Amino acid sequence: MRHAVMVGTGVVGLVLLALGHGLGLFWAPTDKMMGDVQRMMYAHVPTAWTALVAYLISFVACVGYLFFGDWTWDLVAEAAAEVGLVFNGLLLATGMIWGRPTWGVYWTWDPRLTTAGVLFLLYGGYLALRRFVDDPERRASLAAVVGILAFADAPIVYFSVRWWRGLHQIQSTPKTVDPEMVLCLRLSAFAMLFLMVHFVLRRVQIGRARLDRELAPPPAAAAGWGGPR
Amino acid sequence: MTAAERVRQAVTIARKDVLLEWRGRARINAIAFFGVTTLLMFSFAIGPDARTATLYAGAFLWLGLLLSSVLALAESFRVEAENDAVEGLRLLPVDALAMFLGKAVVNAALLFVLALLLLPLAVVLYGAKLDAGVGPIAGVFALGAAGVAAPGTLYAAVTSRIQAREVLLPLLLFPLVVPVLLAAVKATGLLMLGDPMGQVGSWTQLLVGFDVVYWILGSLLFARVIEE
Repeated sequence: MRHAVMVGTGVVGLVLLALGHGLGLFWAPTDKMMGDVQRMMYAHVPTAWTALVAYLISFVACVGYLFFGDWTWDLVAEAAAEVGLVFNGLLLATGMIWGRPTWGVYWTWDPRLTTAGVLFLLYGGYLALRRFVDDPERRASLAAVVGILAFADAPIVYFSVRWWRGLHQIQSTPKTVDPEMVLCLRLSAFAMLFLMVHFVLRRVQIGRARLDRELAPPPAAAAGWGGPR
Repeated sequence: MTAAERVRQAVTIARKDVLLEWRGRARINAIAFFGVTTLLMFSFAIGPDARTATLYAGAFLWLGLLLSSVLALAESFRVEAENDAVEGLRLLPVDALAMFLGKAVVNAALLFVLALLLLPLAVVLYGAKLDAGVGPIAGVFALGAAGVAAPGTLYAAVTSRIQAREVLLPLLLFPLVVPVLLAAVKATGLLMLGDPMGQVGSWTQLLVGFDVVYWILGSLLFARVIEE
């Protein structure tokens, strides 16, 4: 069952990604103002949604670990944070590639852009912390605390930067966008969502294997040998 | 545990920390001198242009403060991590919430004093103007110091028993306090350079909001950080 879900999400994700991006590249109409650059949207916007969903999963898992203390929560928190960081990186990269021809700059201090940048650093710190704590139980508690603090920061950063300055275009609603574009965007968004779930499941599997090895008694003790006297 | 008992414990922890800081004045001096050095380095980095310096006095002041804060915060938990003193406190037993409040209040006070010490230097080096009065600026200092101290105390505890703490503490803390830096620099700058649009109030509110969120989160989560 678990295997079927993992393979299923991967296959569905890849098929949807091929469809959404293929249609977005070759079938959807060209944007009047931005030209072909706009096609970047089909990759850029879904990465933002997916990264946020992944961080949300990680946050919920952090809270879950502190309440229930079950290893699975910790594994999910780590996996989702790591996958979220990957999508966050893709988001920043595609945003910069898109921003240069459209705005004339790679980086601006737009609220969403800045929040994405700060989140990238926050979760980079979260993952860095995990590497430096050897005791698995301590690592899980400390990481859960840091994960909760990091996620709580996102809305505050967003609003503080929005007050500070703003330039990003206002989100388009499906009503103002060509229906063919909306279809490509939706397909790509679901594709990335499925791929994200797939990656998280895989990462949990890897994490579980690592944890089992960490928690296993040392080989000498397992063999019933007490070690040198 | 009753609330009164908790307060008493928090006050005792705070007094212990203040006493430690006072007895080891070399440490607080070193941190203050580090802050002064940072401000000097900013002057050297931007060159002798007086107008730029005045324009960014608030920004430099807060950056200097933030850089020094890492040293002060790390120090406040180094003394507890050494010889497992924190374990002793836990066994007494000292309530985790009282421990957090006691230490965070002292850290906030330390940063506040540091900010007040750096303010005259900003006037001398950068030509910062204090026309709005020292009172409102000190108010912004207090709110900003509290904003750095709450997550800072928590993260200092998180990193206190990790080898790479010197790297991890700023790595975790700096991105988190971006809103504090934004709001505090804006508010300080507006107070120094004049505030024709009356914006200081909204930046102060942002600082208050951040403080409320992170003092609550710190109080809730600290127990999980110091548990063995």
